[in-house]
Amino acid sequence: MEILYAIFIAPFVEMGAYPDLFIQALWDGFVAGTLYGLIALGFVLIFKASGVFNFSQPILVVLAALSLVSFYQMGVPAWISVILVLIMFYALAWLVERLILRQLVNQDGNILFMSTIGLTFIIIGAAQWIFGGVPSAMIVDELGFPNGSLEWPMFGGGVYFEMIDVSAAVIAVIMIVILAVFFSKTKIGRGLRAVADDHQAALSVGISLNQIWVIVWFVAGIVALVTGIFWGARSDVSFALQIIGFKALPVLIIGGFTSIQGAIIGGLIIGLGEKIFEIYWGPLLGSGVEGWFAYVIALVFLLYRPQGLFGDKLIERV
Amino acid sequence: MKKLFIGAIMTIGTFISTIGLSLADELLVPHMTYRVGPYAANGTMVANGFTDYFLMLNERDGGIGGVKVNPEECETGYKAQVGVECYESYRGKNALVHTPNSTGITLQILQKAPEDGVPILTMGYGLSAAAKGETFPWAFNYPASYWSQMTSILSYIDSQSGLKGKKIGFLYLDVGYGREPIPVLEELGPKMGFETLYVPVAGKEMQNQSSHWLTIRKEKPDWVIMWGWGAMNPTAIKEAAKTRFPLDRFIGNWWSGAHVDTEALGSKAKGYLASSYTTTGTSFPAIQDMIKYVVEPGKSKTKIDMPGKVLYNRAMFNAVLIAEAIMEAQKMTGKKMVTGADVRLGLENVKLDAARLKELGLEGFTAPLIGGCADHENGGSIFVQQWDGSDWIRQTDLIPPMTDVVQPLLTAAAAKYVSDKSGWQTQTCK
Repeated sequence: MEILYAIFIAPFVEMGAYPDLFIQALWDGFVAGTLYGLIALGFVLIFKASGVFNFSQPILVVLAALSLVSFYQMGVPAWISVILVLIMFYALAWLVERLILRQLVNQDGNILFMSTIGLTFIIIGAAQWIFGGVPSAMIVDELGFPNGSLEWPMFGGGVYFEMIDVSAAVIAVIMIVILAVFFSKTKIGRGLRAVADDHQAALSVGISLNQIWVIVWFVAGIVALVTGIFWGARSDVSFALQIIGFKALPVLIIGGFTSIQGAIIGGLIIGLGEKIFEIYWGPLLGSGVEGWFAYVIALVFLLYRPQGLFGDKLIERV
Repeated sequence: MKKLFIGAIMTIGTFISTIGLSLADELLVPHMTYRVGPYAANGTMVANGFTDYFLMLNERDGGIGGVKVNPEECETGYKAQVGVECYESYRGKNALVHTPNSTGITLQILQKAPEDGVPILTMGYGLSAAAKGETFPWAFNYPASYWSQMTSILSYIDSQSGLKGKKIGFLYLDVGYGREPIPVLEELGPKMGFETLYVPVAGKEMQNQSSHWLTIRKEKPDWVIMWGWGAMNPTAIKEAAKTRFPLDRFIGNWWSGAHVDTEALGSKAKGYLASSYTTTGTSFPAIQDMIKYVVEPGKSKTKIDMPGKVLYNRAMFNAVLIAEAIMEAQKMTGKKMVTGADVRLGLENVKLDAARLKELGLEGFTAPLIGGCADHENGGSIFVQQWDGSDWIRQTDLIPPMTDVVQPLLTAAAAKYVSDKSGWQTQTCK
């Protein structure tokens, strides 16, 4: 009886007794969810264009954040540093297309996947060599993002909104809307979907595979930069950022590997779900449930809806 | 043609034997490092401080006892399985001592040390029970085990606000290292009248701690003790500030209070506390020599601003202890080329008293450390330091561990560890 009370009654009593904490949890979950969605977006873009799970997306986040901070530390003004990082990512996209993707047209998806693993290790080695291992602070103030926090007193407690979190949520939502429109309404976006379906068919109707790949890797680089700025602001700018990148995996499974809106919905499900579950039900399970909660949800989806909420259902003729 | 062939063979043979001799004439001190991966920020500092000290000895003194030291790095990425591969790669190479730099790796190789005859020195980490030298002749965790450290931290809290009736949050990296001091909290909680709130942080969540800190906010502990590493530390400090938890009631262990954890945060981390057993700064003659002989001439991977920082200095002290043990082993055996077994004896007979520390150019750097056969942790004391916004400032005198609590726990844990291991090598100490 006690255990039933602890599961079904006590958490809701606590939510009612301390509404400020509940609202704080919802806000933190929302911010984390949008940031998870942002990470997942980088994977979705490349999966849509080439049908490959880009293993190197997390290290692109690290590379973007480290480059931005390093340019700034070298004396380059903050926004000029952003532009330099974007130029660098365009060059990287071009190199990836020339040296890897072009050589692997029409190859099996697993081969492309393996190539992104190789790319990951090349970037890790190069970034370690160039930037070293010392962590840095993200230059959010220098980029003009608002600092400090807002406090909303309520019920004898308070809800705190960090301004950088507000900025992260707003920018993540704007980016997702822009990308959704770009890929559904523009010629390039439609071309990208055609490329994802079949390389040869896309080529036969005059779509430039090479151009599409450069564009999509560049856009994934932009997403990596935004992700790196906001995750770097929450912790520090170091190689540890790549760990958080893989949090996108359950988000992708829930939202679907090919859906931009799926990335954000999946991110919010995970972000909100894990915060609420950790705080109100976590103590029953010895805490630390956040580490596996997302994967359990993903497992349920794999069992009952493997294509995710918005993903394309894969039908293969035998 | 035949003469030419024989000549070529002889030249190659001479070349190979010369290389062989030069390799054989080195004191091999393997060092498991992690300059890459998510913990690279910390690992790089540790690797540099350790290596630079031996390079300095080579440059300044021609090595130890006239034999050059080879502080060879093996990259683990802080992964236990890679650490085991590193360990295996040194079999048969006359490694003198292993420094795994990871509790996870230590737990994997602990059983191999007696078979291979190479001691393992886990300075300030590893298995706490290894402090019992009679049960673990081949493992050392000078200058203090995690359990001793935890009791010193609790003593500090007790001296500040009392422990009875208090709630203590324990925020820890949910791996072997982070879980290590839990038995002490379980033992001391009921005895000293405090309640513990356990908050584990999974490795992949270390940069994502908002729910952990919301739990802390909900449960309202009076103090929070952190057993963190890598990016977990700065993230936790940021989240503590975000949830308005007072930073002068938030205390990290000695791996949670380094410059890499707080420098990027600057004034946002002001007031945060951490334990330590080594001093910061470059004013010590030994560190000045490292800068002069190694760092400034560009003979190491160290950037000029690294010496003096918490992790660099602490890793340097790890190397000091090994160098002293090698020297002691050379003295005891009369051999210049000592073995792992000799260095094990050296570690048990090492004598880093105040006079020797002064002689080494490390006066006041740390508490004296006298090796022993039965006591492989030396029951070391710690002090508490505080981040003032730009540097770590020492706040207390040395705080000794609660020996009466820790020793019975260590004895029981050591007995339990070996209870299911038949043929485990022990030793009897006089």
